[in-house]
Amino acid sequence: MNAPKVKEQLTPEGIVKYFKDEFKTKIKSSNVKKHVEGSKKKEYYNIWIKIDKSIFKDVIKHLCDMTYPHLAVISGNDLKKDIELIYHFSLYFGKRYNEISLNISVDVPKSKLEIETICDWIPGALVTEREKQEMLGIKIIGIPDSRRLFLPDDWPEGVYPWRKDDKGLQKYIRNLHEVKK
Amino acid sequence: MSEQKNTTKTTYHIPIGPIHPALKEPVYFEFEIDGERIVDVDVKLGHVHRAIEWTGMRRNPIQILYLAERICGICSFVHPMSFARAVENACDIEVPERADYLRVIHGELERICSHMLWAGVAAHEIGFDSVLFITWEMRERVLDLTEYLTGNRVTKAIMMIGGVRRDITSEHVPKIKETMNYLKKNFEKLRKIYLEDKTFKIRSMNCGILTYEDAMGLCAVGPTTRASGVKKDVRVDQAYAAYGDLDIDYMTPDILRGKTVGDVYDRIIVRLLEVKQSIELIEQCLDKIPSGDIVSEPKIPKLLAHVKKTAGEGIGRHEAPRGEVIHYVKFDGENEHPYTWKVRASTYANILPWIPMLKGEQIADIPIVAASTDPCMSCTNRVGVIKDGNTTQLTKEQLHKLSVQKTRRLMR
Repeated sequence: MNAPKVKEQLTPEGIVKYFKDEFKTKIKSSNVKKHVEGSKKKEYYNIWIKIDKSIFKDVIKHLCDMTYPHLAVISGNDLKKDIELIYHFSLYFGKRYNEISLNISVDVPKSKLEIETICDWIPGALVTEREKQEMLGIKIIGIPDSRRLFLPDDWPEGVYPWRKDDKGLQKYIRNLHEVKK
Repeated sequence: MSEQKNTTKTTYHIPIGPIHPALKEPVYFEFEIDGERIVDVDVKLGHVHRAIEWTGMRRNPIQILYLAERICGICSFVHPMSFARAVENACDIEVPERADYLRVIHGELERICSHMLWAGVAAHEIGFDSVLFITWEMRERVLDLTEYLTGNRVTKAIMMIGGVRRDITSEHVPKIKETMNYLKKNFEKLRKIYLEDKTFKIRSMNCGILTYEDAMGLCAVGPTTRASGVKKDVRVDQAYAAYGDLDIDYMTPDILRGKTVGDVYDRIIVRLLEVKQSIELIEQCLDKIPSGDIVSEPKIPKLLAHVKKTAGEGIGRHEAPRGEVIHYVKFDGENEHPYTWKVRASTYANILPWIPMLKGEQIADIPIVAASTDPCMSCTNRVGVIKDGNTTQLTKEQLHKLSVQKTRRLMR
């Protein structure tokens, strides 16, 4: 799918509308949060969008065509049946009061823990994608470098520290008062 | 360690780290070297992974403030600040105006300390130790001021969700002004050394270049990305805390140099300009600070009960001395402790930019180039050189000597 060119800068509501027009019901939910701080009460915006996994790669492509984003990090939630990945972007930086934070979240079912890499458009995503692989056990398809990042090489296979199910760290935890040392 | 790549006869590998002089915390580099030139670089992390996020998911937000403070000694204000902002964001807690200003003052004091520390380390890396003492003497005055204001030099324990814990009263103001005047008076000396001294120029100009395209694509942050001409500074981009009220602009090297190259010299310029900017910001804050409360909810059990009831998620961003720090928290509405806590420190984003910076440079440039992004990882003792299958050890002193020798050679 080719993304229509957007030349001018969109408002936070405009960004949500743009994605909703493009992807219709595949945008599961959206929320624009306005915040004010300081004496002058200048506002800034956080956008939260939840999308369907099937359009994930297209959304990122549309975003890159809209304005080249800065990817801060990908965070991950273990939601029992799914793992939610949240991509934290910032858009339109470089001008006073102009930046918008965009958080795109996508649910990946535990039955098929796979998602495409975004390194082909944003090479800087490599570090955080490698981290998600080892910490949450998500397979990133097409990642240029799939080695571990933080965990040592002798870390057991199939154990993922951030998981809250039986693949997590529960069986490795020893409370000090139980160890009797 | 990764498998050794098949190499031709002309290249060899140097592993640097996990323990290394230019790095304040352990990180592992593997360099592929052709003669004196660096052909390829690989970075491996995780030697000091302390599972802080995991631990945090079993603590309540007040406990996490102090845990976050211990993520990094130099950024001991930045992490609690980002975490508190993420919680405020998730639980819709409003911060009093006065607290916004106090946060800026403490944040900028920390930036001065951090940049001064970096300036000293950078001077040491190229064998200019007298400058190390000048900068750290100046930093000492700022640390004294920090101790005067918060009670501690490093871990300040000043942050609270919904505000700060200690006020700055009128009796504190003269001492702040005195320190700022001292810094301004000495700033010119510093500027002259770093920007006009021959030693600094020959070692830092056109060395370790990061292009604009690489900085954008690799998502670099902070002075590292601004030195490559990318205008990205959360303080200017978003009107958070009191930064929205203050007069502030992006510090890019073209302000002084007239152009942007993206080399080590540019990174020095950006940090120097930011020290000056921080002094001005603190002075502006002292002029404009409104009176009022310093924390929105002083009763901690009440605050925790509010957090416990909230189901929601939030992000907190802050421009740390090294670049943007972002924290993500999610509360499930049943427990006090966060369901998820993710920390992204600035060096995390500045790892990949090392690769284009170091490629093509000489071994003797490794310390200054690696140090030029101000990596927040730790320092030490040994570099092993594997040459023709024989492993020899290069100690910290030897590598440092190599760097100093290069300075001497260029001076001749």
